[in-house]
Amino acid sequence: MTDKKSGSGLDAVDEGPISSDSSSADHGGDEADASEHASVAALKQRFADAVVRHRVYAGGQHVVWIDPEKSHEILSWLQADPDHHYDMMSDVTAVDYGNGRPVNVVYQMFSTVHKRELRLRCELPLDALEIDSIVDLWKVADWLEREVFDLFGVTFKGHPDLRRILMPQDYAEGHPLRKDFPLRGRFSRAEQTRRALAQDVERFYRAEDLSAGHIPQEVAPVEVGTLAQGEREGNS
Amino acid sequence: MAQKTIELEVARGREMGVDGNPSLSPIAPFDIAEPDMNTEHMLINIGPQHPATHGVLRLVCELDGETVKSVVPDIGYLHSSFEKLGEYRSWNQIVTLTDRMDYLAPLIYNCAYVMSVEKLMGIEVTERCKVVRVILMEMDRIFGHLLWLGTTAIDVGAFTPFLYSFQERERIYKLHESLTGARITTSATRVGGMMADLPEGWTEALGEFLDTFPDTLAEVHHLLTRNQIHIGRTQGIGAINGADAINYGFTGPNLRAAGVDYDVRRDRPYYDYETYDFEIPVGEHGDCYDRYLCRMEEMQQSVGILRQALERLPDGPINVEDPNISLPSKTDAMSDMESMIHHFKLITDGIPAPEGDCYFAIEGSKGELGMYLVAEEGDTKPVRWRVRPPSFVNLSVIAKLAEGHLVSDLIMINASLDIVLGEIDR
Repeated sequence: MTDKKSGSGLDAVDEGPISSDSSSADHGGDEADASEHASVAALKQRFADAVVRHRVYAGGQHVVWIDPEKSHEILSWLQADPDHHYDMMSDVTAVDYGNGRPVNVVYQMFSTVHKRELRLRCELPLDALEIDSIVDLWKVADWLEREVFDLFGVTFKGHPDLRRILMPQDYAEGHPLRKDFPLRGRFSRAEQTRRALAQDVERFYRAEDLSAGHIPQEVAPVEVGTLAQGEREGNS
Repeated sequence: MAQKTIELEVARGREMGVDGNPSLSPIAPFDIAEPDMNTEHMLINIGPQHPATHGVLRLVCELDGETVKSVVPDIGYLHSSFEKLGEYRSWNQIVTLTDRMDYLAPLIYNCAYVMSVEKLMGIEVTERCKVVRVILMEMDRIFGHLLWLGTTAIDVGAFTPFLYSFQERERIYKLHESLTGARITTSATRVGGMMADLPEGWTEALGEFLDTFPDTLAEVHHLLTRNQIHIGRTQGIGAINGADAINYGFTGPNLRAAGVDYDVRRDRPYYDYETYDFEIPVGEHGDCYDRYLCRMEEMQQSVGILRQALERLPDGPINVEDPNISLPSKTDAMSDMESMIHHFKLITDGIPAPEGDCYFAIEGSKGELGMYLVAEEGDTKPVRWRVRPPSFVNLSVIAKLAEGHLVSDLIMINASLDIVLGEIDR
């Protein structure tokens, strides 16, 4: 605890956040009885080999760590199964603990039918930040996954349009919410200014840089008999 | 808390002609097949500096004539990395970041944040604090909806509701000011309580506001609800069905307008909302007009909740009486040794959190506002502080809503979503 406050004020700012001690890997919380939460019990039964661990935090919030390889399968089952029917994907986000520990992708779900919430987490090792996209299941995940990609560098396989969303498209300093990213950025203020001034501003107004692939303009074929510019009917 | 049905006899796109028979009004869409002009598509850039985008939002539209073929929203102009800053601040220091996200309803954000911290740490606030926070949140729901009302009305050409609603907002600004000292950046809450108790005469001032505000609301109703131009501009525009609305992540009035009866205050109750008597307006068509009706009714319901809360406001302390959470009074800290030590320990060490994470959602003025906190044993700062942004998610639907509509409707759709860019970009 005490060694966490090694710096103070502005000195601490550029050191980056002091990572938590990696020895505390027992994850705290209560190893709760899965029967308290119907979906957790069903998950443990149906996907026994994919459920990594189950904890209860903050007075009754069930958190289940699942195998990222199976995440898409589990999520689509949770959405489709009438006994669970998690139709509302409240949030998709990520957590980086620093110190080389895996990045957690977090899915926060709610079922409007059963009035039940559930949180799933997937641990991704730093050298393989990849997980299946769930945009095909919940459209809301489109922007949320883009944000996680932008700020954490997690790649979502199968996402239709995985671009940066909050940071500029040509942002070169990395992924800001990772713990190894210093608060003031990687580049010096002078370098940041130099890059900003060197930008081709017009670039942001060109269709091909905006995205989505379906903007390219298809020019209609010129019809026979169309008048040329400036030409008037009947004066040929 | 039953579902409330609003039935209005409004003509859908028809009005009386000179001969007494209904005739198509000039603003109704004509059912004539548009001639295929075989023209090029045009790329139009709206914003980031444009009054109709309600902030620094940039919309790139691909147009065929005046019809929107696709919209690509470009956000991030206001990105301030609040979530990253939060990882360097102690639990109480983050409060000041939250009101800068939604400067249109700051107290809701203040409350939502500390409520999630209290949930994570298992702190139970006092009864008085609960009611005070309900009052502040409902007041700011009206505050946020009023801004939406004024700016949306002005987007469709009605100037008067803008003046009416901003006059009423000014009165809430004054209430903010007398409570917190600030009009927008309120930072009124602390973990385990409030920055200060309600000042003398504040509840009476709020009561006065509640007495006259419904009259203003009724006047706006007169001006807009059956107004042929307003109806023509909003009905059938940007419609979405309930199942899609859930799948696309709509929450709040936008979701309820699509016919989904979901309100966090009732379905995942907090702060005894289940004991208040209020109704949840639910729309039917999911278009801009239903969103308008839902928000108008919500303001009315908030007035009711506020009256009940003022009535039941209990006496007693506002902060939890735990020296490890709440700061001692200034007098105590200056004169009492023990209080001074507690003060010192709280300021230098902060409040230690247990291991775990916590997602806490409340019904904000824009939709489901969730705060997700991750901490490790004894942390006095969050490992991760995440805001589940309702406007961010609501805005992501605009591409679907606007497709096939006219550019002028795109402006209306954008206005009807009730977004705030401070929270979208964070």
